[in-house]
Amino acid sequence: MSSHCRNDPVLSNALRARAVAIATVFALLCSCQREDREYASAPTSNAQPPRQSTLQPGATAANPADPVGQHYQDNAFHIDEGSRLYRAYNCSGCHANGGGGIGPALMDADWRYGGRIDQIHATILEGRPNGMPSFRGKLTDAQAWQLAAYVRAMSGNVRNDAEPSRREGMAATPPLDRLPKQPPRNGDPSAGTVPPP
Amino acid sequence: MKAIRIAGLAVAIVCSAQLAAQPPDGDWTMSAHDYASTRYSALDALNTQNVAKLAVDFTFSTGIDRGQEAAPLVVGETMYIVGPFPNPVFALDLTKPGAPLKWKYQPHPEPAAQGVACCDVVNRGGAYANGTFVFNTLDGNTIALDAATGMERWKAHLGDINKGETITMAPLIVKGKVLVGDSGGEFGVRGWLAALDLADGHVVWKAYNTGPDADVLIGPQFKPFYAGDRGKDLGVKTWPPQAWKIGGGTVWGWISYDPALNLVYYGTGNPGPWNADQRPGDNKWTSGIFARDADTGQARWYYQFSPHDLYDYDAVNENLLLDLPIGGTTRKVIVRPERNGFIYVIDRATGQVLSADPFGLNNSIERIDLKSGRPVYNPSYRPKAGRTTRGICPGSPGAKDWNPSAYSPKTGLVYIPHINLCMDVEPSEVSYIAGTPYVGTDQRMYAGPGGNRGVFTAWDPVRRKVAWEVKEDLPLWSAALVTAGDLVFYGTMDGWFKAVDARTGALKWQFQTGSGIIGQPVSYRGPDGRQYIAVLSGVGGWAGAIVVGNLDPRDSTGASGFVNATRDLKQKTGTGGTLYVFALPK
Repeated sequence: MSSHCRNDPVLSNALRARAVAIATVFALLCSCQREDREYASAPTSNAQPPRQSTLQPGATAANPADPVGQHYQDNAFHIDEGSRLYRAYNCSGCHANGGGGIGPALMDADWRYGGRIDQIHATILEGRPNGMPSFRGKLTDAQAWQLAAYVRAMSGNVRNDAEPSRREGMAATPPLDRLPKQPPRNGDPSAGTVPPP
Repeated sequence: MKAIRIAGLAVAIVCSAQLAAQPPDGDWTMSAHDYASTRYSALDALNTQNVAKLAVDFTFSTGIDRGQEAAPLVVGETMYIVGPFPNPVFALDLTKPGAPLKWKYQPHPEPAAQGVACCDVVNRGGAYANGTFVFNTLDGNTIALDAATGMERWKAHLGDINKGETITMAPLIVKGKVLVGDSGGEFGVRGWLAALDLADGHVVWKAYNTGPDADVLIGPQFKPFYAGDRGKDLGVKTWPPQAWKIGGGTVWGWISYDPALNLVYYGTGNPGPWNADQRPGDNKWTSGIFARDADTGQARWYYQFSPHDLYDYDAVNENLLLDLPIGGTTRKVIVRPERNGFIYVIDRATGQVLSADPFGLNNSIERIDLKSGRPVYNPSYRPKAGRTTRGICPGSPGAKDWNPSAYSPKTGLVYIPHINLCMDVEPSEVSYIAGTPYVGTDQRMYAGPGGNRGVFTAWDPVRRKVAWEVKEDLPLWSAALVTAGDLVFYGTMDGWFKAVDARTGALKWQFQTGSGIIGQPVSYRGPDGRQYIAVLSGVGGWAGAIVVGNLDPRDSTGASGFVNATRDLKQKTGTGGTLYVFALPK
């Protein structure tokens, strides 16, 4: 029986092909780094609140970015969730599809309150005095990070492999990977036009 | 020639006698000049012959470079100006050279109010009566000041910014009552008009524009002309359950008053959200006009320009109260260049629409059915959630937005500054979150046929046709002023202040101010007896949002799609906030 098998060239070829296929799939699986989807919980940290000003009297103290932010801003799932929340929480009502309206533009390089993801996260949760509402208590911390990751991506600051899918419907803005990368520049010139109360 | 001039003068005198409650010739005590909202100045020292010599007499900086939409008011020897947020009030002494500051009042409004102001943080001006200057602040307060000293007399808190309510309109003072309405139609607020006692600021009556009849002040006196407006609690029944509570119908535009009928007239804003699929029904009493008893606020009649408004055709435009020869008799009418692109002539006692003609490009509404009073919407331009509908004309700001027109009894023409914009629209489902926009629409606007974004039209309301027209490149966002010297004044968004011949539209004079003009020009007689023309320069408003908000033109939906129509504006003007006053050199 076994000798019959060993001598059957057709079966032997099929076995060899199967082995090659399994090896290929295995190799492909190993070469792909599969992204983890964190549906429920997200990492939290005890980082210092982000500074808004680069000016520090006296000796300059470090203000490291919250490491949690990096995790969110490189993750396609979180950024995509952020784009969904951006519409669900009516962010689009004030900031449009990034060009702005009632609130400032989010697709340019200018940031009134800082363009680092932990600064954006703080702006969303705490609000800002000239009209940005505080969403603390309305979003989970993870949702606020997801939103912040998407808002940061709107100015082209997103890895190509983490870029969210485009919205269907009326095209309003260029795809994010076609926007020039615009490193955050704190000090939006329009912030200066907001008169003191 | 002399005979013609005398005849003209006689007509002017007769007609101006008809104009309701005309203040002293040389003053300008309310935004629209008079209760009939004509913006007509009977001063004629300045005319088509000598206007070429018109020159700057003095200027004054408000110190705020946001959109300046207010009309400067002049009472005797003092000029009063209200700035955009943070809404300072300035009184200038016109008796001294250079008109120095007499007093300044700072209301210190809540800065967070800027986050719920849909279309720049504008203020449309104040009102004066009995030694009191009254104005509104963005954060929902009405404030009365002693006009002589600037001391606060009273302050009434009427709007809640946490619900998205702001106040941007200019109040109107009628028979010792201050009429004030709210803004926030893009935030799902509930619209209202309130009458406050001029003496102490307490609310005498308050009428909502959605909800049960008791809230809307609809009682036995309410006799609308059209059957569709009759029935109990239509402000509830023409909405999905509870939707009237967040349905809009705000009062951020203009109010007129007819002393003979003792009726006030005002328009109601758009229903919320803009996505009309979320609010089946006629959505009463939004996008229409109310006539109310000035003493009690009880509704007398109502007419709906845009039932179940599909396009944000807010109906807050001015109501010109005119007595016109129609069908062989003189009729007391309202002439109303409406945002939906039709100019209506309405019997102001009954609310009957006598005529409705398009004064701009229109494909969204085929015609107005005079039998039912209803517009006939064009089904091929009906937006639907989840798909893009293209080429809708006019766009959301209508054929004409907030900026009011003027009427000259000398020429018999209505002078309408307006726009020529069309749009693509994609509505989507939106959730109501108090204090955030309740809109549910992505849209982008662009110039209509011809490529010009602005139009200035002189309309003959008796012959029902255009007398003359001036095409403007940029959207027209300033009000019009007409004088007995047959001059019409208006400004453009790139800062030109223009005087044209009231009879032909020929350009007679122009001056480049420091920033785009979106304000209301006025004319007054100074203490020295000379005729002056005053206007605030300072771009902004919805049309100028791209400049004052430093918006990004790469997003065609920015500022609810207006950015797409004004992508070039940052190259053509910068922000500003300066009063310019002109006169003929001594």
